[in-house]
Amino acid sequence: MSTETTPGGAYIHNIGYRHYDGPRLGRAYARRSLFSQSLRGAYGLGRSAKSKVLPMLLFGVMCLPAGIMVAVTVFTKAGNLPIGYTRYAIYLQAVIGLYLASQAPQSVSRDLRFKTVPLYFSRPIERADYVMAKFASMAGALFILTAAPLVILYAGALLAKLDFLDQTKGFGQGLVSSALLSLLFAGIGLVVSALTPRRGFGVAAVIAVLTIPYGAVSAVQGIASFRGSEAAVGWLGLFSPITLIDGVQSTFLGGSSSFPNGQTPSTAAGVVYAVVSLLVIAGCYALLMRRYRKAGL
Amino acid sequence: MRIPPPGLTTGVAGAPTVESVTVIVTESLSKRYPRVTALDRLSVDIAPGVTGLVGANGAGKSTLIKILLGLAPATEGTAHVLGLDVTKDGGTIRERVGYMPEHDCLPPDVSATEFVVHMARMSGLPPTAARERTADTLRHVGLYEERYRPIGGYSTGMKQRVKLAQALVHDPQLVFLDEPTNGLDPVGRDEMLGLIRRVHTDFGISVLVTSHLLGELERTCDHVVVIDGGKLLRSSSTDEFTKATASLAVEVTDTDAHPDGTEALRAALAAAGAVVSAGGPGTEGFASPGHVLFVEAAGEQIYDVVRDTVAGLGLGLVRMEQRRHQIAEVFRDADARTGAQAEGSGTAGQDAGRPAPVGGGNGA
Repeated sequence: MSTETTPGGAYIHNIGYRHYDGPRLGRAYARRSLFSQSLRGAYGLGRSAKSKVLPMLLFGVMCLPAGIMVAVTVFTKAGNLPIGYTRYAIYLQAVIGLYLASQAPQSVSRDLRFKTVPLYFSRPIERADYVMAKFASMAGALFILTAAPLVILYAGALLAKLDFLDQTKGFGQGLVSSALLSLLFAGIGLVVSALTPRRGFGVAAVIAVLTIPYGAVSAVQGIASFRGSEAAVGWLGLFSPITLIDGVQSTFLGGSSSFPNGQTPSTAAGVVYAVVSLLVIAGCYALLMRRYRKAGL
Repeated sequence: MRIPPPGLTTGVAGAPTVESVTVIVTESLSKRYPRVTALDRLSVDIAPGVTGLVGANGAGKSTLIKILLGLAPATEGTAHVLGLDVTKDGGTIRERVGYMPEHDCLPPDVSATEFVVHMARMSGLPPTAARERTADTLRHVGLYEERYRPIGGYSTGMKQRVKLAQALVHDPQLVFLDEPTNGLDPVGRDEMLGLIRRVHTDFGISVLVTSHLLGELERTCDHVVVIDGGKLLRSSSTDEFTKATASLAVEVTDTDAHPDGTEALRAALAAAGAVVSAGGPGTEGFASPGHVLFVEAAGEQIYDVVRDTVAGLGLGLVRMEQRRHQIAEVFRDADARTGAQAEGSGTAGQDAGRPAPVGGGNGA
């Protein structure tokens, strides 16, 4: 508690150690803080300039086609958007996959690799809080990525004076579809990348998990369609994440599917698609909880 | 050992703190994994101040900290931290204590400021307070301009300071420091030990610090708890330790007049009334125990006695130094006592064989 005066008349205060008497906001606040930090981190905010490049670039790539479609619709005075709201994400699945592969490992592998996880668990938050915050932030980041172009499309559609009710309904369905996609992809991406503390492995594994089943499903669907077993096509989509979403959106959300011949799964199959999607999301959460049971301290 | 209920005072003799409330109480605390027993009926009470927790690798130090943070359930027994039950109030405990892990835990791509602010918010501090406390804490641990640079470029000493800062940033009442001097050079080690001392004297925060070097802790701690194989070997104030085991190591040259200088000195010192032994406790750490005499340091005058005796014999004094204690020494003492107390219990013999190799690698 000493105060020194320098010749210039300036003061140097040594106020010693001060105790903190302010509020401690506890577990829920810490969980929110972790959520917002992770969500910002998924777009490189609060991180180095270098780590902003890829997420921002992919965000731009995701929005660009929407902008072009809007421009085309407005200038050609077409009566319809060239692509349905719910199908937009399906078309650009490669971009979403890349984004997930780059950011999911960033979100979880980093904490594992640098052993920061014990620092979290030595604080008020618990395992469930950590997993929930990470899951929610990844899903949130994906939702921003997939919903932003829909907003552009919707705004463009209104500018082009397309039917308001029609467009609003489509937009709403699109948002539901992208929310489901965000949860599903976030879960899969986080589970895969939480398996390895190595970021490179995580990136490769996420890409593999998203593309290999899709390639396999598409190929088998193509063969089935060629051989005339149309019923099988509808069910095969269950086996890859993006066709799962495709099945749900084409059955319930008024979209058309990317399956061969634009075939839409039957309502029964659609219900199964929706149930399987939700089960996979829940399963991913359970797997993450299991993963962090061992990782603490 | 007497186990007071939490919140009651325990009269720890010679503890310099004003409030003598226990910060940690454990009662027959056990932790058994399928194949190992990490803690075995550990009962200990720890008063405010700086307490050292000493034990070899695998002695159960980290397991104890884990249980005290409420992160692992004990197999049996109870533990209270700051008067709170670890099984029920883990969250509240973790809000009021800080933890500095033994291993590296810092992401290299963020600055110390960003990292510590984030950790402060994880402890429940509002954003503004988190930023203020971070600036304060980093200054107190001795990080200035470098705190804005990414942690990846820091030296080990600076990283240890950041780790300490994240444990202190939320102004806890108690911090657990797990091997804070690991990997530091002698200067860094001294600075870190000084800092730990200040955490208690200047900041008023109680400290539980683990180490496998007893010599290091006796300079910093008010109280030392020694555990081995999950069992309590000894819990006493640092003064008692020093008093009980202080000795001088003396090494001399041989001369023509005295072909065996060591033996001549021993005889002369014994004649002068000093208590001398050739191989003191824990001698295995020394290269040539045969040429070293251990003189019990009864008081200040012993230095003069040794000097005068050596000069009188005309020998060359190679060294005269205060013996640093090694774990083996304490283990040996404790074994002698438990062996005497628990005679015929069957476990004494098994214990006696264990500690001997422990001290060998820990030359202080």
